Formats: sequence, structure tokens, C-alpha cells
Amino acid sequence: MSPVGDDTALLPHDEAYDERAFGFWLYLMSDAIIFALLFATYQIMAGDIAGGPQGSDLFSLPHTFGETLLLLTSSLTFGLASLALDAGNRRRVLAWLGVTFVLGLGFLAMEIHEFHGMITRGAGPDRSGFLSAFFTLVSTHGLHVSAGLVFILVMTVQVVVKGLSRPVSSRLERLGLFWHFLDIVWIGIFSVVYLPGILR
Amino acid sequence: MKRAKAAGGRTLGSYLTGYVLALVLTAVPFGIAATGALSMQSALIAIGASAIVQVLVHLRYFLHLGLRSTPQERLLAIAFTAVLILIMIGGSLWIMLNLYYRMWA
Repeated sequence: MSPVGDDTALLPHDEAYDERAFGFWLYLMSDAIIFALLFATYQIMAGDIAGGPQGSDLFSLPHTFGETLLLLTSSLTFGLASLALDAGNRRRVLAWLGVTFVLGLGFLAMEIHEFHGMITRGAGPDRSGFLSAFFTLVSTHGLHVSAGLVFILVMTVQVVVKGLSRPVSSRLERLGLFWHFLDIVWIGIFSVVYLPGILR
Repeated sequence: MKRAKAAGGRTLGSYLTGYVLALVLTAVPFGIAATGALSMQSALIAIGASAIVQVLVHLRYFLHLGLRSTPQERLLAIAFTAVLILIMIGGSLWIMLNLYYRMWA
């Protein structure tokens, strides 16, 4: 393994970047399996409300729609950051990363607000099997979004300090894969958890 | 430095197309849930179908997955993951629904 650094002479070969991208892709696939199993668990436990509140008592359609719009738009703005990266425009990369971060933070704030409201109403994860599965699935996604936000902050600092060097842009590519992946998982969450919960 | 490989199919047009399609495919299931216009079963089918199409839209327009442009090992990994997910979700639901049917129904 060649050492990683910003000194051009020490830069790893092109293939090494491809291998990293593929390795990150494999990680995302394993993460997809984790989420798939949490979805299966949720689906099995969705009816076990133990006399407590059910989805239609707890979920708000406009709230979930707002969260969805924030996350979907942040996927678009990350795409715009990727385009700025292709163009080698450092300031635009930083600007779009900033917008993406704010949208992601907004999503997380809405989710925490929802969780807080549910827990104070006595509908916490300890109330029923349904709520245990709900909190496990949705907060696992929320934790991923939090990790994504930290990742965006770290990359923002790296772009400021190191510029759009080859290692930095290769990391930005992997961050992009991660961020778009989280939006895909969210499609599953609103389609399996929130919308059927409201209809039930 | 040109980064031709990563830029495969990455244009403003592709992101905007993906965004608009995703918005429509989000508005449809939310609209169905909001109006309650369909019966329970057809509503669930419509929500599920919109979700599957939207996932494909994201893979195509945001992750730029293409049958030709994407390295084969990545496609193989995603296909294998899809098979595992189908086996595990399908298997879990099959077993648990069967158990439910035999013990409570």
C-alpha cells in the first residue's frame, strides 16, 4: 500500500481510488441489508400495538412530507456540489455542501422534534412492539444522517484547507454515494412506515 | 485534472430530471394517503409501486447507475444484495405470517 498524502509523488494510483470507491460501495450494500432486516422486523411488529397508540394516532402527513422534501432537496443540492467538483469550482462546492448541510440538519431537527413529541406523549420505544421497531428503524436512519452531517463538516474543512485535491475529491465522491443512499432508505421509510401507518 | 470516469452521465439535466421525477413519485403516494381516495389494498399497492419506481429513479439519476456505464463488479454487488434482501425480507414475512395464521387466525 502506498502512503496517502497530498504530496503528488506519494499519491496512490488511479486503481487505488477505484478500489476505495468499490469498497465503499460494498459497505453501502451491507448497510442496505441492515436496513432491509429492520424493515422486515418493523413489518412483522407493525400490528403489535399492545393497546397503545397506533400509527394513525402518532404520524402527521404534512410533517413527514416536509422531512421528505428536505432530504430529497438535499440530494439534489449534493448533486450540484458534485457538478461543481467536476468543474473544479471550489467556492461552489463549498456553497452547495453548506446548503446540503443545512437541509440535512433541518431534516434531523424535524425528526428529533417528532421523537420528542411521541416520547412525551407516552409513545416511546418502551410502549409496544410496534413502537420499539419504529424507533429502531427510523432512528438508525437518523443516526446515519447525523454521521453524514459530520462527514459533510469534515469534508468542508478539507476542501477549505486542502482544496479539491485528488484524495479530497475521491472522498467527496464517497460522501455523495452515502448521502444519496440515505435518501433511498428514506423512500422505504415513508412508504413502509408512515403512509401505511396513516392509512391503517 | 480530468475525472472522466466519475462524471459518467453526471449533468445538471440528469439531476434536475431525477429531482422532478422523485417529486412526482413522492407527491402521488402522499396524495393517496391524504385523500384516502383508494381502497386500502389498492392504496398500498400504489404506494409500493411508487416507492420501487422512485428507488430506480434515484439509482439512475442521482447515483448514475447504468447497465453499461457502471463497473460490472458494482452491478454484481447490488444484484447480490437485492437477492439477499428478497430472501431475508420475503423469508421473514413468510415464516412470521405463517406462524400468525397457525397460532391466532
